[in-house]
Amino acid sequence: MKRILSVLSVLTLSFVLAACGSNVKLSDVPVEDRSAAAAGAGAAGGAKGSGVAPVEIMSTNTTAAGPVGAERVFYFDYDSFTIKPEFQGAIEMHARFLTTNKNRRISIEGHTDERGGREYNLALGQKRSEAVRRSLSLLGVSETQVEAVSFGEEKPALTGMTEDAFAKNRRAEITYR
Amino acid sequence: MINDFSFANFQRRGALKALASATLLAGSALPALAQFRVEVSGIGLTQLPIALPTFKGEAQAPQKISAIVKADLERSGMFRSVDSAGLMADETTQLEASTWRQRGADSVATGSITALADGRFDVRVRLWDVVRSQDLGGQSHVVAAGDLRLAAHRVADFIYEKLTGEKGIFATRIAYVTKTAQRFNLWVADSDGENAQSALTSPEPIISPSWSPTGGQLAYVSFESRKPVIYSHDVSTGRRRLLANFKGSNSAPAWSPDGRQLVATLSRDGGSQIFAIDVNGGEPRRLTQSASIDTEPTYSADGKSIYFVSDRGGAPQIYKMAPSGGSPQRVTFTGSYNISPALSQDGRWMAYISRVGGAFKLHLMDLASGAISAITDTNADENPSFSPNSRLVLYATQQQGREALMTSTLDGKIKARLSGASGDIREPDWGPFQR
Repeated sequence: MKRILSVLSVLTLSFVLAACGSNVKLSDVPVEDRSAAAAGAGAAGGAKGSGVAPVEIMSTNTTAAGPVGAERVFYFDYDSFTIKPEFQGAIEMHARFLTTNKNRRISIEGHTDERGGREYNLALGQKRSEAVRRSLSLLGVSETQVEAVSFGEEKPALTGMTEDAFAKNRRAEITYR
Repeated sequence: MINDFSFANFQRRGALKALASATLLAGSALPALAQFRVEVSGIGLTQLPIALPTFKGEAQAPQKISAIVKADLERSGMFRSVDSAGLMADETTQLEASTWRQRGADSVATGSITALADGRFDVRVRLWDVVRSQDLGGQSHVVAAGDLRLAAHRVADFIYEKLTGEKGIFATRIAYVTKTAQRFNLWVADSDGENAQSALTSPEPIISPSWSPTGGQLAYVSFESRKPVIYSHDVSTGRRRLLANFKGSNSAPAWSPDGRQLVATLSRDGGSQIFAIDVNGGEPRRLTQSASIDTEPTYSADGKSIYFVSDRGGAPQIYKMAPSGGSPQRVTFTGSYNISPALSQDGRWMAYISRVGGAFKLHLMDLASGAISAITDTNADENPSFSPNSRLVLYATQQQGREALMTSTLDGKIKARLSGASGDIREPDWGPFQR
């Protein structure tokens, strides 16, 4: 039932998007828009045009299993975007898994510590996730199985303005889809 | 409904009568301004002294109109409130100019709020120049209760425009993001941060909201699908459209002045590079060609340049290029970390964030001369944007360890901390004049 509803909501959304005349190209990894149907014009604003219609997004959890025992989080030194030697073994385990299971996909999520601007940090996190992707690619993993994205400073593993928190936040994480 | 009308038919000009109702009411307690969490600090060089006695009928009305107007005018840095305690007047009052001049006022705005039979309210104001004993005109706004704050902001705009000759921004909107333990919200609020309404609630981060040139849409970056993608969101209907979900990260959206395209940072080609995307979708056009990070693109008001951040020189600095791309010209040379450019509508100023000794500080550059000034004494400034009349800058910062939104005059002398929805508050963007 849930699946039918979610398919219906995607179809409804597609209809709405089509009606808007959008022909935005979607990437290889499809994004399901699970936004709840928008309410009518906001109750608080009475005058035409000043209303705000609220939209609520529900949680999604799409992580799946990968190779057992392989480290998924790789830490980086400050201002660094190269993979430390101690993580090479784990990278090789993931590469072996992905080259053996060609139907499996991963997302590599890059992160930074919270110092600095958000958008610049998003780009720095992207450098970290792409470093991991490059290592996997050198080991024979197909680009179609890997998407490198960034969360910048937005999803810290540890909050606080301490060196320990900074160090734990400078990381790239592999998530299996 | 707005009516501009003069009160000439009430009284012959030049024959002012002292009004009986200008009696001093001993012990009258006016509603406390403290209920508005506007904290204005600083002393401006030239401020117009204005008296704003409580509007007639305000005590019973759902919104304290004169208090909202007073706070708006003070936040602009151009006005100083004069004590009007004990003086009662409304828009029909013929003022005794010398009484008000003795209080130190050059202008007086009087008014009333009347509840109508159909449940709406009639907000009326009259503006006096008490130096020249001149009636500067008045307004009437008939609104539903939910729009009383908007009526107050329109009154503030009217007074501001009459007395400064410039367009007021009090009836414009701002957008910002809050974070609580469980969720992120994208809010649309009045220019003072009040009356916030949620446009989007999400369990995952929302960053970089950017108003469209007409103020009907917000573009923003959402992480709801576990990667950053760019939406265009119609604020009044809640309908949103995926503008960029290319492989990798999609972020830093900014609208062109004609509203026909956006520029954004996409990692689809590897690295972070700037692309132009037509509002109706289609293949993005790559504008930058470097092996470095190029991000935070923003158009100049005349649409002739795109300013952006690049670390092609080793550290992030601000550059500008033609809207079609091409070789960029470096703009910032002072400091080793300069990000988040914002350009004023009048084409005169660039606001940006510069790291100075570990602190992130808001700076202003006079684009004609290149002169730079640091205008804050806080250390974690982010995300500047200008008011559409180019007179104020809105930014996020931290005060006493808590996130806050502030406005500042361009000389840094008058600052105001905005109230707003609760939670950690960040990522503000100032909307355009409503069309």
